[in-house]
Amino acid sequence: MRRMSDFLILIVALLVVWQGLHAIAGDTTLTSPAATFVKLGQLMRTDQFWGNVAETGQAFAMALVISLVGGVSLGTLLGLNRTSGVVSEPILIALYSLPKVTLYPLVLLCFGLGISAKVAFGAMHGLIPVALFTMKAIMQLKPVYLRTAQALRLSPAQVATTIALPAVLPEVMAGARLGFSLSLLGVLIGEMFASKRGLGFMINSAMGLGDIATIMAVAVFLSIFAVTANALLLLIDRAIPR
Amino acid sequence: MTREGWIRLAVVVAAIAALEVACRTGMIHRTVLLAPSEMAVSLWHILAAGELNTDILTTLRNVLMSAAISAVLGFACGAIIHALPRVRGAIEPLLASYYAIPTFMFYPIFIVVFGVGSQAIIAIAVLLSIVAMITATLTGLDRIPPVLRKTAHVFRMSPAARALMIDLPAAAPYLFTGVKLTFAYSLIGVIASEFILSGAGIGYAIAYAYNNFNNQRMYGLMLLVIIVAIAANTALDAVDRRLQSRLRR
Repeated sequence: MRRMSDFLILIVALLVVWQGLHAIAGDTTLTSPAATFVKLGQLMRTDQFWGNVAETGQAFAMALVISLVGGVSLGTLLGLNRTSGVVSEPILIALYSLPKVTLYPLVLLCFGLGISAKVAFGAMHGLIPVALFTMKAIMQLKPVYLRTAQALRLSPAQVATTIALPAVLPEVMAGARLGFSLSLLGVLIGEMFASKRGLGFMINSAMGLGDIATIMAVAVFLSIFAVTANALLLLIDRAIPR
Repeated sequence: MTREGWIRLAVVVAAIAALEVACRTGMIHRTVLLAPSEMAVSLWHILAAGELNTDILTTLRNVLMSAAISAVLGFACGAIIHALPRVRGAIEPLLASYYAIPTFMFYPIFIVVFGVGSQAIIAIAVLLSIVAMITATLTGLDRIPPVLRKTAHVFRMSPAARALMIDLPAAAPYLFTGVKLTFAYSLIGVIASEFILSGAGIGYAIAYAYNNFNNQRMYGLMLLVIIVAIAANTALDAVDRRLQSRLRR
């Protein structure tokens, strides 16, 4: 309970800092917290805003599913064999730390201007961390589990579903949290750079108009969504018996 | 080199060769992707002509500035948060979900504050990378073995001497991991900001080439970014591994 109240104090402190910055910078640079929430309330009553949310949400959901399914299966595949794991780990780390924005034009040329390019870009961001976490966890699996599997003569598919995946669930959850954030970031950056719909586009056009209130309102909306979703994932993570 | 190292090299070479063949035989059309050899030639021309050198240097300078600011500031914040357990209890859930917040959404604000230029870009890159350093500092200070603290106590070291001679060397491997991440995130932050809105830098040059259908230049620059990112990461990773193995001794 005390942690909870400390966290609330932190939120209040952040709002106070924001208000202070607003007092220094002025209305044209940074809208005040109150004005931002009023603006967000106005936006939330328009159909256009929810249209953009739906567009971004759809692209994000698809990117997330591809990241999770693809990442977990790729990580399992590479991790079950020690050699393939050791060989691919630095390659995956290099791909992870690459500024993938530079590759966005390539994605656009492959997929065209549309939702598929955004999904592909989001998945590019999210898939690798999920694969990396899964693979590392599987490689550090206790050898006795695998020997048991051998003694029971399980097929590779059975090993993956009944032994490897349950044992690595905590790490996979950590990867999933990272994959969640990065897919969202990928989709939004994709929309900011080349799109005519979605929240990223909304921010980009507001940027062109110098409409700070809209930018802040959308940014706050996204932050609240992301932090809440992340907190939920953490709760699920803690609820897993181990 | 180890056996795995050779296999890895073979895999990478095979992937590049396959791409080269696919592009040369026309399976991948020229308007979509250039062959890797053509990218390398284009990059060579760009570097030899020198017209983009200022852009390249601007980007590298911004990345280094941002990484340095994040490393120093992140370490300071981490040390302060570590010293105040109650603040830490409140901030930790926020740190855990920090990367869920799309930091780039705040880039327009920084543009309004700092103007279109290096400052806004560095600010957003610092915002993106500082938390990695804070987290690494917290982990590093947590993992100092209690016996070292006791030894310091036995020697009656002053807090300053203890910090300098015991805490810092003991936490160094974790701190270096933080520095490594800081660099990677700074590179991502700087190039992404340049890409979205800026008037200079490699990211801007790529976006400009894309808008003008100048594939030759675009892919040459992409190759440059990939080479710089991978080279820097491999180098930092090698040092990181060496420090980590020192921990296990």
